[in-house]
Amino acid sequence: MAKLKMARKSTFVDMTAMCDVAFLLLTFFILATKIKPPEAVEVRTPASTSTTQIPDNFMLMSLSKDGRVYFNIENLNAREALINYLNENKGLGLTAKEIQNFKEANSIGVPFNQLKSYLDLSVADRTKFDKKAPGIPVDTTGNFETNELAYWIRATRMLNPDYLIAIKADGAAAYPYVKKIIGTLGHQKIYRFNFITESKGIPPGSPLAQERAEKIKKGIVE
Amino acid sequence: MEVKGGKGSPRVDLTPMVDLGFLLITFFMFTTTMSKPKAMQIQMPYDDPELKKEQKSEVKESTAMTILLSKDNRIYYYFGIGNDPEKPPKLELTTFKDKDGIRDVIINKKKEIQSLIAAGTPGLDADDNITVMIKADDKATTDDLIGVLDEMTITAVPVYAVVDITPVDLEFISKTEQASGEQ
Repeated sequence: MAKLKMARKSTFVDMTAMCDVAFLLLTFFILATKIKPPEAVEVRTPASTSTTQIPDNFMLMSLSKDGRVYFNIENLNAREALINYLNENKGLGLTAKEIQNFKEANSIGVPFNQLKSYLDLSVADRTKFDKKAPGIPVDTTGNFETNELAYWIRATRMLNPDYLIAIKADGAAAYPYVKKIIGTLGHQKIYRFNFITESKGIPPGSPLAQERAEKIKKGIVE
Repeated sequence: MEVKGGKGSPRVDLTPMVDLGFLLITFFMFTTTMSKPKAMQIQMPYDDPELKKEQKSEVKESTAMTILLSKDNRIYYYFGIGNDPEKPPKLELTTFKDKDGIRDVIINKKKEIQSLIAAGTPGLDADDNITVMIKADDKATTDDLIGVLDEMTITAVPVYAVVDITPVDLEFISKTEQASGEQ
């Protein structure tokens, strides 16, 4: 049998192509990344097929797994107006520094009577406290004394009438907790609001998929 | 061809650079939140005490369907309004599965109503369609509520409402659970 003569090859592999791919992917991920803003409480939202964008001006109510409610608005001017209004009408007696802290703070999850001491904390302590914050008191009535969430909503809407409502509820939160928030909104004649959800694909063959296909055929792009 | 002259090899070892590249990719992959959160708009029924009875729209028995959400992501459903405790409707149990789940139930019911209209059943108008009432008990979760509302969108149900569960419905659930050998 003839002996196979092996060609002597260099063991050096050209890495240029691999390097190109690596950096192409790297560029993609850098551009696609949106650094998550720190959140007061971890919420795992349910998924839906909705493709609606989150509205620009909204008040966000976060509901944790164990039923604690946090309230947040993002616009800094609106935050300042809100805390000044609350300070005056709820007699919180906040100092200028505490008001500044509120502007910089995250979602608020404390009752009004703890708000002052909460805003006294340093940023690091606040972040720590947020994890086990008691949450804003909420019940099924429209009473502004016991249902403090109702007061937050009313104050925000009074100052910013065009603000929409967004609820970011944890998927594992029991229905009665959500019902409390929906009930609170109902007492203020708010019947239209948004749930923040993860997006998921539309099941093929369903009526919704057909509807979408027809829209695309007609040239209506959402 | 041989490289002549002592200008050094033009080949640079890129292995460390590739290593670095992939390390950074891994980092960005983990920090990236790929899917942007979306908003799901829902409209609750108006609860206006000043609304007169004539102004309220009545749900027809033949087009109505009630979905009850209960513990362990269970879905019970029955057809009709089910407000008569003397004649309890037959509760069926289903799930959120893609196949043979609540989706197929709704789609089949829609087809049934369409054929009833085509057959000229009295009391049904041509534009009548399925009306779904969603009721969740205290053991249901937000996942269930969002999931079932999403099914309404997927199956293109024109009229649906989230309403409070009634004691009659709770009784239906517990009776069904007992019948299937649960406490």
